[in-house]
Amino acid sequence: MSSLSLDLYKKLFLSRAAEECIMKYYHEDDMKTPMHMSMGQEFIPAAVCQALGERGQIFTSYRSHAPYLCRTDDVEGFFGEMYGKISGPMRGKGGSMHLSNPDLGHMCASAIVSSLIPVVVGAAWANKMKNTDKIAAVFFGDGAVDEGCFWESMNISALMQTPALFICEDNGLAVHTSKRQRQGYKNLPDIIRHFDVHVITSKSTDAEEIHGLVKEAMDVIDKTQKPVFMHLECYRYLEHVGVYEDFDAGYREKEESWYDSGALRVQRQRLLDQGMDEKDIVQLEQEIETRVENALMAAKAEKFPEDDELYEGVFYG
Amino acid sequence: MVKMTFQDALLDATTLEMARDDSVFVYGIGAPDHKNIFGTTTGLVEKFGENRCLETPLAEDSMTGFGLGAAMNGMRPIHVHIRMDFVLLAMNQIVNMLSCASYGSCGKLKAPMVIRAIIGRGWGQGYQHSKTLHSYFSHIPGLKVVLPTTPSDAKGLLTSAIRDDNPVIFIEHRWLYFAEEDVPEGDFSIPLGKGKVLREGNDLSIIATSWMNIEAMEAAKMLKEYHGVEVEIIDPRTIAPLDEEIILSSVRKTGHCIVADNDWSFSGFGAELSALVAEKAFDSLKKPVTRIGFEHTPCPTVRKLENAFYPNAKTIVRAVEEKLGLPKSDLSSQDLFSHERKFKGPF
Ligand SMILES: Cc1ncc(C[n+]2csc(CCOP(=O)(O)OP(=O)(O)O)c2C)c(N)n1
Ligand SMILES: [Mg+2]
Repeated sequence: MSSLSLDLYKKLFLSRAAEECIMKYYHEDDMKTPMHMSMGQEFIPAAVCQALGERGQIFTSYRSHAPYLCRTDDVEGFFGEMYGKISGPMRGKGGSMHLSNPDLGHMCASAIVSSLIPVVVGAAWANKMKNTDKIAAVFFGDGAVDEGCFWESMNISALMQTPALFICEDNGLAVHTSKRQRQGYKNLPDIIRHFDVHVITSKSTDAEEIHGLVKEAMDVIDKTQKPVFMHLECYRYLEHVGVYEDFDAGYREKEESWYDSGALRVQRQRLLDQGMDEKDIVQLEQEIETRVENALMAAKAEKFPEDDELYEGVFYG
Repeated sequence: MVKMTFQDALLDATTLEMARDDSVFVYGIGAPDHKNIFGTTTGLVEKFGENRCLETPLAEDSMTGFGLGAAMNGMRPIHVHIRMDFVLLAMNQIVNMLSCASYGSCGKLKAPMVIRAIIGRGWGQGYQHSKTLHSYFSHIPGLKVVLPTTPSDAKGLLTSAIRDDNPVIFIEHRWLYFAEEDVPEGDFSIPLGKGKVLREGNDLSIIATSWMNIEAMEAAKMLKEYHGVEVEIIDPRTIAPLDEEIILSSVRKTGHCIVADNDWSFSGFGAELSALVAEKAFDSLKKPVTRIGFEHTPCPTVRKLENAFYPNAKTIVRAVEEKLGLPKSDLSSQDLFSHERKFKGPF
């Protein structure tokens, strides 16, 4: 059994287990923060964070549960933040939409669509100027691509050759609106190829396959300092915000094929094929579930910040 | 009269204006989807067709420029934003273009456009989904700025905003959407630039904006109960143009002025009002003007810190007690933040 396969499965399972735990306890109304769930899309952050490892500086959107967990492995801080407690990396100031833990490689998240794309261009440029080995990567959706600042950032990054990693998680939807209703062109990667940017595309939900593509992207960045644009198709299992399915709303059909090819299922089967004992997999899964449940319980029991913390951090230093 | 919520009142005004004038159209991210901007665009596609209630790409600035162009050529756009924070992306078109369309053509071009922006609050909206920023807009010549508080005002003012030949920024607090009252049926408008006395009183004037009027009304009840004090509450409703007279005559009557603004105080609308009162009613003032607003920090997510961030009825009661030299009443039994209980997330 390969350690890569196992590591990827752990990340996938951790992200899924954490969100299942949110679903289990959300109705208690103690996690007062709008949840934009990663469910169904975890394979992208799992693959990206696994490949980047300690070199990764990730920048995310409001949909950042899986990126946060895959990059930091900080389940305890994650739930602390969901409950607004002092054990959260932002001590409750951020919540689900604003996860940030720069010490652990998750730089910040923005709930203003597309607003971190140019930021990553600058971050990557600074890494180049300062000769660090960090790779600045930004996660964004197909909706973010609509914004002018996405196109400006592509141009700037191509022009200045800033070694940024752009990860477009294309789930086909902006809230309830399909790409067809928003985009006057057919094929995004085809357009991006006209920029001086390396383009990688995939429709696969296989985390290990995506991992290989991210490694390819890192190679390009290391050898050429060229920006890389990854267009990765995926499927959002739940409503835009909230913890339920909303297929009855009528704006889209449930597409079973995405579940059949679900990344967790694929990766679990891979472990079995590699000879891992089912019993050991189950045990691993139980350990992760227990860790997640314990982290949630610990967060519930933790203290809220004192009121005077409101003024902390307005200015740095 | 018919009982309507704030959101129904907005929909009613929009529907009536769209029926009356076929150059009126609504557009924005999510405008025609099944959530219908919290029910304020429901049925518009069915009644008026897809060309009059339009979905848009995520492109706030360009879609504002689009509205301006359409307005120049005879349309009456209503651009909806589910959060004020997203309007910030459109500031170039609003401030550099829309606001001076008439001035820049020596009055030959008009830009009859309404920009509806919702202010989020509570349940973890956080620092990127909770801004108000009305003073950003009232600072700009050529823009009208409206913040309705009651359902009737929402209907009457939106109607006038749509009929106005100038750009109007129309700011709606999310929590007000649940308010319900009797609203005039059919054609009904309230002129822009006219304030309203929400409550009469002789002891002190409170000038409040948007949600803070609700807090002020709560505070008024407590002040009457505990101290027998009668405060007067003025809702300017439009802050640009501003109904100076209604404010000044109230302050001249009571000699005391508190501004309870639904935003940060520093450099805000409260500063403008303080200056107005100091310039034009100085001799009537028995004490300096007091400003109440958000704490001067970004808005935190966790409820406990949100409660520390937002002023409420209690903040107003304390400010009045201090100004009038009254002992602090025991407010421990008061059920503050009761409105928040109606508001279960995510939005
Ligand atoms: C600038 C801006 N406009 C509008 C919104 C409201 N909004 C939040 S998420 C979203 C859809 C974004 O879709 P996409 O980028 O594809 O990301 P996904 O939610 O699919 O992950 C919209 C319109 C926002 N947060 N910021
Ligand atoms: Mg999307």
